[in-house]
Amino acid sequence: MSVETRAGRSPAIPPGRGAEVRRRDRPAGGFELWSWLFMRVSGVALLGLAVGHVLIMHVLDEGVSRVNFEFVQLRWESPFWRTWDWALLVLALLHGINGLRVTVQDYVRWPGARFALNVLFALTGFLLFVLGTVIVFTFDPNAWPRTS
Amino acid sequence: MAKRRADVGTLYKGSPGQWSWLAHRITGLAVTLFLFAHVVDTAVVGWGPDAYNRVTEVYHNWVVRVLELGLVAAVLYHAINGTKIMVFDFWPSTARYMKPISAASTVLFLGSMVPITWIMGREILNLALGWDL
Ligand code: HEM
Repeated sequence: MSVETRAGRSPAIPPGRGAEVRRRDRPAGGFELWSWLFMRVSGVALLGLAVGHVLIMHVLDEGVSRVNFEFVQLRWESPFWRTWDWALLVLALLHGINGLRVTVQDYVRWPGARFALNVLFALTGFLLFVLGTVIVFTFDPNAWPRTS
Repeated sequence: MAKRRADVGTLYKGSPGQWSWLAHRITGLAVTLFLFAHVVDTAVVGWGPDAYNRVTEVYHNWVVRVLELGLVAAVLYHAINGTKIMVFDFWPSTARYMKPISAASTVLFLGSMVPITWIMGREILNLALGWDL
Protein backbone atom coordinates (compact mmCIF):
# COMPACT_ATOMS: atom_id res chain seq x y z
CA MET A 1 0.00 0.00 0.00
CA SER A 2 1.51 3.33 -0.96
CA VAL A 3 0.40 5.58 1.82
CA GLU A 4 2.98 8.19 2.74
CA THR A 5 3.96 7.85 6.35
CA ARG A 6 5.70 10.39 8.43
CA ALA A 7 9.14 8.91 8.42
CA GLY A 8 11.24 8.95 11.51
CA ARG A 9 8.50 10.27 13.72
CA SER A 10 9.76 8.38 16.66
CA PRO A 11 13.40 7.94 17.49
CA ALA A 12 12.35 5.35 20.01
CA ILE A 13 11.40 3.01 17.19
CA PRO A 14 14.21 2.45 14.72
CA PRO A 15 12.91 1.57 11.26
CA GLY A 16 12.26 -2.10 10.87
CA ARG A 17 12.50 -2.85 14.53
CA GLY A 18 9.20 -2.99 16.27
CA ALA A 19 7.63 -0.48 13.91
CA GLU A 20 5.63 -3.51 12.78
CA VAL A 21 3.77 -3.56 16.05
CA ARG A 22 2.23 -0.18 15.27
CA ARG A 23 0.34 -2.10 12.66
CA ARG A 24 -0.22 0.72 10.32
CA ASP A 25 2.11 3.68 10.49
CA ARG A 26 0.36 6.98 10.81
CA PRO A 27 -0.33 8.32 7.30
CA ALA A 28 1.03 11.79 6.54
CA GLY A 29 -2.27 13.44 5.78
CA GLY A 30 -5.50 13.55 3.82
CA PHE A 31 -8.21 10.92 3.93
CA GLU A 32 -5.89 8.17 5.13
CA LEU A 33 -4.89 10.18 8.17
CA TRP A 34 -8.55 10.70 9.08
CA SER A 35 -9.17 7.02 8.53
CA TRP A 36 -6.23 6.19 10.80
CA LEU A 37 -7.52 8.53 13.48
CA PHE A 38 -11.10 7.32 13.13
CA MET A 39 -10.05 3.69 13.70
CA ARG A 40 -8.48 4.77 16.99
CA VAL A 41 -11.21 7.10 18.22
CA SER A 42 -13.94 4.58 17.37
CA GLY A 43 -11.72 1.89 18.90
CA VAL A 44 -11.78 3.70 22.23
CA ALA A 45 -15.56 4.05 22.10
CA LEU A 46 -15.98 0.40 21.08
CA LEU A 47 -13.89 -0.62 24.06
CA GLY A 48 -16.87 0.26 26.24
CA LEU A 49 -19.70 -0.33 23.77
CA ALA A 50 -18.60 -3.61 22.18
CA VAL A 51 -16.84 -5.22 25.12
CA GLY A 52 -19.69 -4.19 27.43
CA HIS A 53 -22.23 -5.57 24.97
CA VAL A 54 -20.41 -8.87 24.62
CA LEU A 55 -20.01 -9.32 28.38
CA ILE A 56 -23.63 -8.41 29.16
CA MET A 57 -25.28 -10.34 26.33
CA HIS A 58 -22.98 -13.33 25.94
CA VAL A 59 -21.18 -13.99 29.21
CA LEU A 60 -22.79 -12.68 32.38
CA ASP A 61 -26.12 -13.63 33.89
CA GLU A 62 -26.86 -16.73 31.74
CA GLY A 63 -25.58 -15.02 28.59
CA VAL A 64 -27.52 -15.72 25.47
CA SER A 65 -29.65 -18.43 27.12
CA ARG A 66 -31.90 -15.71 28.46
CA VAL A 67 -32.19 -13.72 25.26
CA ASN A 68 -35.56 -13.99 23.54
CA PHE A 69 -38.31 -11.68 22.38
CA GLU A 70 -39.45 -10.87 25.90
CA PHE A 71 -35.90 -9.96 26.88
CA VAL A 72 -35.65 -7.45 24.04
CA GLN A 73 -39.14 -6.15 24.84
CA LEU A 74 -37.97 -5.25 28.34
CA ARG A 75 -34.52 -4.08 27.36
CA TRP A 76 -35.70 -1.67 24.71
CA GLU A 77 -38.16 -0.02 27.06
CA SER A 78 -35.09 1.91 28.10
CA PRO A 79 -33.81 4.73 25.90
CA PHE A 80 -30.41 4.08 27.46
CA TRP A 81 -30.07 0.62 25.91
CA ARG A 82 -31.57 1.77 22.62
CA THR A 83 -28.97 4.53 22.42
CA TRP A 84 -26.19 2.13 23.40
CA ASP A 85 -27.24 -0.39 20.76
CA TRP A 86 -27.60 2.25 18.08
CA ALA A 87 -24.19 3.78 18.85
CA LEU A 88 -22.69 0.29 18.74
CA LEU A 89 -24.41 -0.38 15.42
CA VAL A 90 -23.09 2.78 13.80
CA LEU A 91 -19.54 2.68 15.17
CA ALA A 92 -19.02 -1.05 14.63
CA LEU A 93 -20.27 -0.79 11.04
CA LEU A 94 -18.05 2.21 10.23
CA HIS A 95 -15.01 0.76 12.03
CA GLY A 96 -15.48 -2.74 10.58
CA ILE A 97 -16.12 -1.57 7.03
CA ASN A 98 -13.24 0.87 7.10
CA GLY A 99 -11.16 -2.09 8.27
CA LEU A 100 -12.39 -4.09 5.28
CA ARG A 101 -11.36 -1.19 3.03
CA VAL A 102 -7.84 -1.10 4.51
CA THR A 103 -7.54 -4.87 4.12
CA VAL A 104 -8.71 -4.76 0.50
CA GLN A 105 -6.12 -2.05 -0.13
CA ASP A 106 -3.45 -4.41 1.17
CA TYR A 107 -4.34 -7.48 -0.86
CA VAL A 108 -6.26 -6.44 -3.97
CA ARG A 109 -4.03 -4.86 -6.59
CA TRP A 110 -6.38 -4.41 -9.53
CA PRO A 111 -8.18 -1.04 -9.14
CA GLY A 112 -11.40 -2.29 -10.70
CA ALA A 113 -11.73 -5.15 -8.22
CA ARG A 114 -10.78 -2.86 -5.37
CA PHE A 115 -13.45 -0.39 -6.33
CA ALA A 116 -16.07 -3.08 -6.80
CA LEU A 117 -15.34 -4.61 -3.39
CA ASN A 118 -15.37 -1.25 -1.64
CA VAL A 119 -18.70 -0.34 -3.26
CA LEU A 120 -20.09 -3.71 -2.21
CA PHE A 121 -18.96 -3.26 1.41
CA ALA A 122 -20.15 0.35 1.59
CA LEU A 123 -23.53 -0.60 0.18
CA THR A 124 -23.87 -3.52 2.59
CA GLY A 125 -22.95 -1.21 5.45
CA PHE A 126 -25.46 1.39 4.38
CA LEU A 127 -28.30 -1.12 4.08
CA LEU A 128 -27.49 -2.61 7.50
CA PHE A 129 -27.30 0.88 8.98
CA VAL A 130 -30.77 1.69 7.65
CA LEU A 131 -32.23 -1.66 8.74
CA GLY A 132 -30.72 -1.48 12.22
CA THR A 133 -31.65 2.17 12.74
CA VAL A 134 -35.25 1.63 11.70
CA ILE A 135 -35.60 -1.37 14.03
CA VAL A 136 -33.90 0.22 17.03
CA PHE A 137 -36.01 3.36 16.86
CA THR A 138 -39.37 2.04 15.66
CA PHE A 139 -39.62 -1.16 17.70
CA ASP A 140 -42.67 -0.82 19.91
CA PRO A 141 -42.57 -3.14 22.95
CA ASN A 142 -46.27 -2.54 23.53
CA ALA A 143 -47.30 -3.61 20.06
CA TRP A 144 -46.90 -7.24 21.11
CA PRO A 145 -48.48 -9.29 23.89
CA ARG A 146 -46.46 -9.67 27.09
CA THR A 147 -45.78 -13.22 28.09
CA SER A 148 -45.32 -12.39 31.75
CA MET B 1 11.15 5.44 -1.26
CA ALA B 2 12.14 2.49 -3.38
CA LYS B 3 11.53 -0.78 -1.67
CA ARG B 4 14.16 -3.43 -1.50
CA ARG B 5 13.25 -6.35 -3.65
CA ALA B 6 12.95 -8.67 -0.68
CA ASP B 7 10.33 -6.36 0.83
CA VAL B 8 7.91 -6.69 -2.04
CA GLY B 9 5.31 -9.40 -1.83
CA THR B 10 6.67 -10.85 1.35
CA LEU B 11 4.10 -10.86 4.06
CA TYR B 12 5.67 -12.51 7.02
CA LYS B 13 9.34 -12.62 7.60
CA GLY B 14 9.38 -13.08 11.30
CA SER B 15 9.32 -9.53 12.56
CA PRO B 16 8.18 -8.99 16.14
CA GLY B 17 4.48 -8.42 16.32
CA GLN B 18 3.68 -10.19 13.07
CA TRP B 19 1.44 -12.67 14.82
CA SER B 20 -0.43 -10.07 16.80
CA TRP B 21 -0.82 -8.07 13.59
CA LEU B 22 -2.26 -11.10 11.81
CA ALA B 23 -4.48 -12.00 14.76
CA HIS B 24 -5.73 -8.42 14.97
CA ARG B 25 -6.69 -8.50 11.31
CA ILE B 26 -8.32 -11.93 11.43
CA THR B 27 -10.34 -11.16 14.57
CA GLY B 28 -11.41 -7.79 13.12
CA LEU B 29 -12.60 -9.40 9.89
CA ALA B 30 -14.32 -12.28 11.68
CA VAL B 31 -16.21 -9.95 14.01
CA THR B 32 -17.22 -7.74 11.08
CA LEU B 33 -18.64 -10.72 9.20
CA PHE B 34 -20.55 -11.79 12.29
CA LEU B 35 -21.81 -8.21 12.67
CA PHE B 36 -23.40 -8.34 9.20
CA ALA B 37 -25.39 -11.44 10.14
CA HIS B 38 -26.13 -10.16 13.61
CA VAL B 39 -27.78 -6.91 12.46
CA VAL B 40 -30.12 -8.96 10.29
CA ASP B 41 -30.98 -11.55 12.96
CA THR B 42 -31.63 -8.83 15.53
CA ALA B 43 -33.82 -6.93 13.09
CA VAL B 44 -36.18 -9.92 13.04
CA VAL B 45 -37.40 -8.69 16.45
CA GLY B 46 -39.50 -6.22 14.47
CA TRP B 47 -41.55 -9.13 13.13
CA GLY B 48 -42.74 -10.21 16.55
CA PRO B 49 -42.17 -12.99 19.11
CA ASP B 50 -42.79 -16.01 16.87
CA ALA B 51 -40.27 -14.92 14.29
CA TYR B 52 -37.66 -13.68 16.76
CA ASN B 53 -37.83 -16.65 19.10
CA ARG B 54 -37.30 -18.93 16.13
CA VAL B 55 -34.08 -17.02 15.48
CA THR B 56 -32.82 -17.19 19.07
CA GLU B 57 -33.52 -20.95 19.09
CA VAL B 58 -30.35 -21.22 17.06
CA TYR B 59 -28.38 -20.30 20.17
CA HIS B 60 -29.68 -23.32 22.04
CA ASN B 61 -27.44 -25.49 19.92
CA TRP B 62 -24.10 -26.32 21.54
CA VAL B 63 -22.10 -26.09 18.32
CA VAL B 64 -23.33 -22.53 17.89
CA ARG B 65 -22.29 -21.90 21.49
CA VAL B 66 -18.76 -23.01 20.71
CA LEU B 67 -18.72 -20.50 17.85
CA GLU B 68 -20.10 -17.90 20.23
CA LEU B 69 -17.21 -18.54 22.63
CA GLY B 70 -14.88 -17.97 19.69
CA LEU B 71 -16.66 -14.71 18.91
CA VAL B 72 -16.25 -13.46 22.47
CA ALA B 73 -12.56 -14.40 22.39
CA ALA B 74 -12.14 -12.59 19.05
CA VAL B 75 -13.73 -9.37 20.32
CA LEU B 76 -11.70 -9.49 23.51
CA TYR B 77 -8.41 -10.18 21.76
CA HIS B 78 -9.07 -7.43 19.23
CA ALA B 79 -10.05 -4.96 21.96
CA ILE B 80 -6.98 -5.62 24.11
CA ASN B 81 -4.55 -5.75 21.20
CA GLY B 82 -6.17 -2.63 19.69
CA THR B 83 -5.53 -0.84 22.97
CA LYS B 84 -1.92 -1.95 22.83
CA ILE B 85 -1.58 -0.55 19.30
CA MET B 86 -3.00 2.76 20.47
CA VAL B 87 -0.62 2.96 23.41
CA PHE B 88 2.37 2.63 21.06
CA ASP B 89 0.79 5.05 18.57
CA PHE B 90 -0.04 7.83 20.96
CA TRP B 91 2.85 7.45 23.38
CA PRO B 92 5.74 6.41 21.12
CA SER B 93 8.21 6.40 23.97
CA THR B 94 6.42 3.35 25.40
CA ALA B 95 7.83 1.40 22.45
CA ARG B 96 10.90 0.89 24.58
CA TYR B 97 8.74 -1.40 26.70
CA MET B 98 7.24 -3.12 23.69
CA LYS B 99 8.09 -6.60 24.93
CA PRO B 100 6.66 -6.34 28.45
CA ILE B 101 3.61 -4.43 27.21
CA SER B 102 2.93 -7.06 24.56
CA ALA B 103 3.40 -9.77 27.15
CA ALA B 104 1.05 -7.97 29.52
CA SER B 105 -1.67 -7.70 26.88
CA THR B 106 -1.36 -11.41 26.10
CA VAL B 107 -1.59 -12.25 29.78
CA LEU B 108 -4.61 -9.97 30.15
CA PHE B 109 -6.33 -11.68 27.22
CA LEU B 110 -5.58 -15.22 28.33
CA GLY B 111 -6.32 -14.36 31.94
CA SER B 112 -9.75 -12.97 31.14
CA MET B 113 -10.51 -15.94 28.89
CA VAL B 114 -10.14 -18.33 31.83
CA PRO B 115 -13.31 -17.33 33.72
CA ILE B 116 -15.14 -16.66 30.44
CA THR B 117 -14.34 -20.12 29.11
CA TRP B 118 -15.49 -21.58 32.41
CA ILE B 119 -18.79 -19.66 32.38
CA MET B 120 -19.61 -20.29 28.72
CA GLY B 121 -18.02 -23.74 28.58
CA ARG B 122 -20.24 -24.95 31.40
CA GLU B 123 -23.33 -24.09 29.36
CA ILE B 124 -21.84 -25.78 26.31
CA LEU B 125 -21.32 -29.00 28.27
CA ASN B 126 -24.80 -28.76 29.74
CA LEU B 127 -26.32 -28.42 26.29
CA ALA B 128 -24.13 -31.00 24.59
CA LEU B 129 -24.13 -33.72 27.22
CA GLY B 130 -27.22 -32.94 29.25
CA TRP B 131 -25.11 -32.21 32.31
CA ASP B 132 -26.13 -29.83 35.02
CA LEU B 133 -22.97 -27.92 35.85
C1 HEM C 1 -13.50 -3.34 21.15
C2 HEM C 1 -12.71 -2.32 20.92
C3 HEM C 1 -11.93 -2.17 19.61
C4 HEM C 1 -10.71 -1.60 19.54
C5 HEM C 1 -9.92 -0.99 20.70
C6 HEM C 1 -10.29 -1.65 18.16
C7 HEM C 1 -9.12 -1.11 17.67
C8 HEM C 1 -8.71 -1.17 16.37
C9 HEM C 1 -7.59 -0.45 15.82
C10 HEM C 1 -6.69 0.50 16.59
C11 HEM C 1 -7.50 -0.78 14.51
C12 HEM C 1 -6.50 -0.23 13.49
C13 HEM C 1 -5.30 -1.09 13.38
C14 HEM C 1 -4.30 -0.50 12.41
O1 HEM C 1 -4.45 0.65 12.00
O2 HEM C 1 -3.37 -1.23 12.06
C15 HEM C 1 -8.54 -1.73 14.22
C16 HEM C 1 -8.74 -2.35 13.01
C17 HEM C 1 -9.84 -3.11 12.70
N1 HEM C 1 -10.93 -3.38 13.52
FE1 HEM C 1 -11.07 -2.84 15.44
N2 HEM C 1 -11.26 -2.28 17.41
C18 HEM C 1 -12.29 -2.62 18.27
C19 HEM C 1 -13.47 -3.25 17.92
C20 HEM C 1 -13.77 -3.74 16.66
C21 HEM C 1 -15.02 -4.35 16.27
C22 HEM C 1 -16.24 -4.54 17.19
C23 HEM C 1 -14.89 -4.73 14.97
C24 HEM C 1 -15.89 -5.40 14.09
C25 HEM C 1 -17.08 -4.90 13.84
C26 HEM C 1 -13.57 -4.36 14.52
C27 HEM C 1 -13.06 -4.58 13.25
C28 HEM C 1 -11.83 -4.15 12.80
C29 HEM C 1 -11.29 -4.41 11.49
C30 HEM C 1 -11.95 -5.23 10.37
C31 HEM C 1 -10.03 -3.76 11.44
C32 HEM C 1 -9.03 -3.74 10.26
C33 HEM C 1 -7.94 -4.75 10.49
C34 HEM C 1 -6.64 -4.40 9.81
O3 HEM C 1 -6.49 -3.29 9.27
O4 HEM C 1 -5.76 -5.26 9.83
N3 HEM C 1 -12.91 -3.76 15.57
N4 HEM C 1 -9.28 -1.94 15.38
